[in-house]
Amino acid sequence: MTAFLALLQRDTRLAIRIGGGALMGVLFFLIVVTLVPFAVGPDLAQLRRIGPAILWVGALLASLLTLDRLLAADHEDGSLDLLLMGTTPLELVVLTKAAAHWITSCLPLVIATPLLGLFLNLEPLAIGAVALTLLAGTPALTCIGLIGAALSVALRRGGLLLPLLVLPLTVPVLIFGVAASNAAIAGPTSFGAPFMILCALSLGSLVLGPFAAAAALRHGLE
Amino acid sequence: MLRLSASGLGCVRGSRTIFDDINLELSSGEVLALVGPNGSGKSSLLRLVAGLLRESAGRIELGGGAPDQTIGEQAHYLGHLDALKPSLTVAENLAFWVHYLGGNVASLPAALAGLGLGSLAELPAAYLSAGQRRRLSLARLVAVPRPIWLLDEPTSALDAAGQEQLAGLMRQHLSGGGLILAATHGPLGIEARELKLGGTA
Repeated sequence: MTAFLALLQRDTRLAIRIGGGALMGVLFFLIVVTLVPFAVGPDLAQLRRIGPAILWVGALLASLLTLDRLLAADHEDGSLDLLLMGTTPLELVVLTKAAAHWITSCLPLVIATPLLGLFLNLEPLAIGAVALTLLAGTPALTCIGLIGAALSVALRRGGLLLPLLVLPLTVPVLIFGVAASNAAIAGPTSFGAPFMILCALSLGSLVLGPFAAAAALRHGLE
Repeated sequence: MLRLSASGLGCVRGSRTIFDDINLELSSGEVLALVGPNGSGKSSLLRLVAGLLRESAGRIELGGGAPDQTIGEQAHYLGHLDALKPSLTVAENLAFWVHYLGGNVASLPAALAGLGLGSLAELPAAYLSAGQRRRLSLARLVAVPRPIWLLDEPTSALDAAGQEQLAGLMRQHLSGGGLILAATHGPLGIEARELKLGGTA
């Protein structure tokens, strides 16, 4: 438990101190969301209709931004070797690192969503729905990304491989996240069904992600 | 009484055989110095014992240790990379490893002072020199007691005083029943048996 807390504290502290974690993701999110109205034109009705999708795509890309450093930084400076030699199971170590990534990279995106929703002319109900689906869906993004981060460390091919590996796997999360948000705003389907599936995706990847990432790292030992 | 032994050990990395049929034996209070030319597999052997590489043949055994822990969990590995985060202070870097590896936090100031880093505790690790980074890595070995030390070029970047301190730490570790496996090109500063890698194999 001490090891878990120490690692969580170190990773959050590092992300805040370098300024690379929380702030960079939110700024990227802001830029994506402000660029879209320039591209599709200032039609308020249209922006309101596609708003949830823009917010979801922006959050998805922003959460990917810091993912490639999740394990690579520890691999490069030798920390990963020492983490492997601790008595904490590797699955718990990578889960802790994922939790720290979620807290420093994804949670700020959820918090920034209400403000960015205003930019897109979304109603309070829609903003609430998008923020709630992001809160439920971003753990899946982090845990799927964790597998990619572990593979890119094990394969020694750097960060470029990561988005290629991770983005296709995040498609279901995107679909159900946007579907739930739209259902809350316009209907006709209920909000519950896609939201439940989104939660299931998060819970499933929360279980699968750490085991797959740990297996990838162990395989990389050879 | 600990006894670390390996028999018929082989290591293959990237389809290249680094070494094969290495035998070694080491008991509490002993130092084994791994010597040999560059690329003869000294570092690979240390990583094998630490559990960071997989052996292609043979096996490593530890007698008399904690039965529910792997060898790696009872060993300290001091490699070429120092596992320090530049944006954390000296004390924070050490405190993290002490917490993570399960040491006693109260021993932290003494460990830092013992390696001459007491006055640098609040300095970010980014500003440390190579020798100071080495000292900070060594402080981890002192602050978290583990019976096996795996040292890769422990004297590199250390000044004369630092090498003497290291020799003192190693003596203290040995008298406490520990054992040391060290890859080295130069003298360690203490009495050690030698195991030659490469060339003769």
